[in-house]
Amino acid sequence: MDDRQVAIFATCVVEIVRPQIVDATARALRGAGYRPTTAVGATCCGQPAANAGATTAARRVARHTLRQLGKIDAPIVVPSGSCTTMIRHHWPQLFAGTRDEGAARSVSARTYELTEFLATQSAIAPGTPDTRGSVVYHPSCHLTRELDVVEPPRRALREAGYTITSLDDGDRCCGFGGTFSVTFADVSVAMADEKLDAVTATGAGTVTSCDLSCLIHLEGRALARGLAVNFPHVAELLA
Amino acid sequence: MTRTSSITVASEPVRAAVRNATDILATNRRDALEGLADSDALRDEAAFLRRRTLADLDAVLRQWQTASEARGVVVHRARDAAEAVHIVLETVAKSAGRLVVKGKSMASEEIHLNDALEREGVTVVETDLGEFIIQLARETPSHIIVPAIHRNRFDVSQLFSADAGYTIAPVVEDEAAYARARLRDAFLAADVGITGVNFAVAETGSICLVENEGNGRMCSSLPRVHIAVMGMERIVRDWDELDVMLALLARSATGQALSVYTNIISGPRREGELDGPEELHVVVLDNGRSNLIGTAYEETLSCIRCGACLNVCPVYRHVGGHAYRSVYSGPIGAVLTPLLAPDDAAAAELPRASTLCGACTDVCPVRIPLHDLLLRLRQRPRRSTRGFDVWSRVWSSSIAYRVSVRASHVALRLGRVLPKFGWVKEWSEARRLPRASRR
Repeated sequence: MDDRQVAIFATCVVEIVRPQIVDATARALRGAGYRPTTAVGATCCGQPAANAGATTAARRVARHTLRQLGKIDAPIVVPSGSCTTMIRHHWPQLFAGTRDEGAARSVSARTYELTEFLATQSAIAPGTPDTRGSVVYHPSCHLTRELDVVEPPRRALREAGYTITSLDDGDRCCGFGGTFSVTFADVSVAMADEKLDAVTATGAGTVTSCDLSCLIHLEGRALARGLAVNFPHVAELLA
Repeated sequence: MTRTSSITVASEPVRAAVRNATDILATNRRDALEGLADSDALRDEAAFLRRRTLADLDAVLRQWQTASEARGVVVHRARDAAEAVHIVLETVAKSAGRLVVKGKSMASEEIHLNDALEREGVTVVETDLGEFIIQLARETPSHIIVPAIHRNRFDVSQLFSADAGYTIAPVVEDEAAYARARLRDAFLAADVGITGVNFAVAETGSICLVENEGNGRMCSSLPRVHIAVMGMERIVRDWDELDVMLALLARSATGQALSVYTNIISGPRREGELDGPEELHVVVLDNGRSNLIGTAYEETLSCIRCGACLNVCPVYRHVGGHAYRSVYSGPIGAVLTPLLAPDDAAAAELPRASTLCGACTDVCPVRIPLHDLLLRLRQRPRRSTRGFDVWSRVWSSSIAYRVSVRASHVALRLGRVLPKFGWVKEWSEARRLPRASRR
């Protein structure tokens, strides 16, 4: 096996809303010396249904994606902390006692969020990066609390030349929460507003995160409020 | 899509009050835990001890009951709220009590004791400052440890002025002075004191009551009869175990190393003692708790009611405690309420009112995996999953998935002009749809 080979699991949110993040992820990986391919045939990790309590539906979709990813004999890199959490923490439970259990464990053991994966490598000698301005980094909940990936995104951004602006209580949830964002829309929007108010108080014009779903939610609210803030995914800043 | 849930954004004054208070409590908690040599190890130990006791709850309770009866305590076991209320009413009636002073007690809130006492013509005075405020407002607690967290000093000024018949200025010191004078009279005149129990200690048959205002000590020592209402799970084996819980309770709740008053009560007044009640009754409340033993939800009973999960919850912060329509609010309330009332349809919806961000689990001193339990509770069959069933069949096919992704691209490009319904409508009320982009 080629030990620089990696596969990107694009995720449904990225493919639907901002497919260019797949290319950005590939560029970031190539920049770190890898040969990325995109996992073909994978659809969704099943999280939307799982979080709604629809376990059977979640397992059905996850099984399809598991079988596609299972064919790949290489690390799997995901431009999302939330989908990575689903695969790593919830798939082994979801498939426990089924014939896919072994495959689920094997795939979950070699699935990484993008910046987490980049951090597993010995630091690429960072030249003197161009100064590329300052960004607010939004630490998404599952990445931070379930995967315990706290430093890698910050480090990757700093090495790419960005200065990171911190918010008070910056690890507070942005309010997306999957179906929560529509079943409790007013609460979800109130949570986004508190986050956006904190962002504008710093004067920052850019908010980035490892999870596109948080960014869609914050951007959707920022546009409705007429705020001049951009919401690139971390991969787009690293590429 | 219409929503019937009570979980909705509270008024701005309520949100401001909740924001200010919970931010202070959460910061104090963080500082207090950082002051410990190894708070993570202490939390691990507390989690282990709570689960060990729960695994053997019957025996530990029996040991406590035997020891406390030997000290002259009258122990009552109540299967449900109605039984507990009945026991308290009977005990109050036997003592010919007309005036009851109460210390803060979530268990008594759970069984709606005040309403029942008042229906019998008994006057009840809540003596915890927060509880006194919400009693005047005729409300339920909106926070486990700060029952009037949703009220600011201007609200309190109005409530106290109405109670006094003259104006109490919206100055915290003036308000506290009024409550102090008003409650002092009640303490001295009361026939019965009713309190909660933070922990019962099996080893010696004691009960432990922690508080900051001294009102709990007044309620449990001045009146002739003291009735303590306790959830059956609020028990520890011995003093070493109590030590661990006390080290975490006040720190997690308010950031104090120890609450101002830690009352250890081991029986009624004995011969030759100068104070204390003539009778001490403890009502041990089940009310659905024992149904959780041996289930995947058993560890919920580990809860020591510190309220730390409420203080960091980003949803509680915006909706306030009353949105939960339960005496227990916030993350622990969203877990506990549907478990204690499995037939309550509204309670069953509470676990959905969370983004599963995990901030609650992060701070729990006894390591209850609250957000995992919220997720598990969502799996209880109640709602139709038909929409997800259809979706899952489409997205189990790579080709059908590709087609639906393409269709979504088109829909997003036309998003601004297409009619909006269902989830898209809910999303679009206050947010734009994502911009369509090409690869």
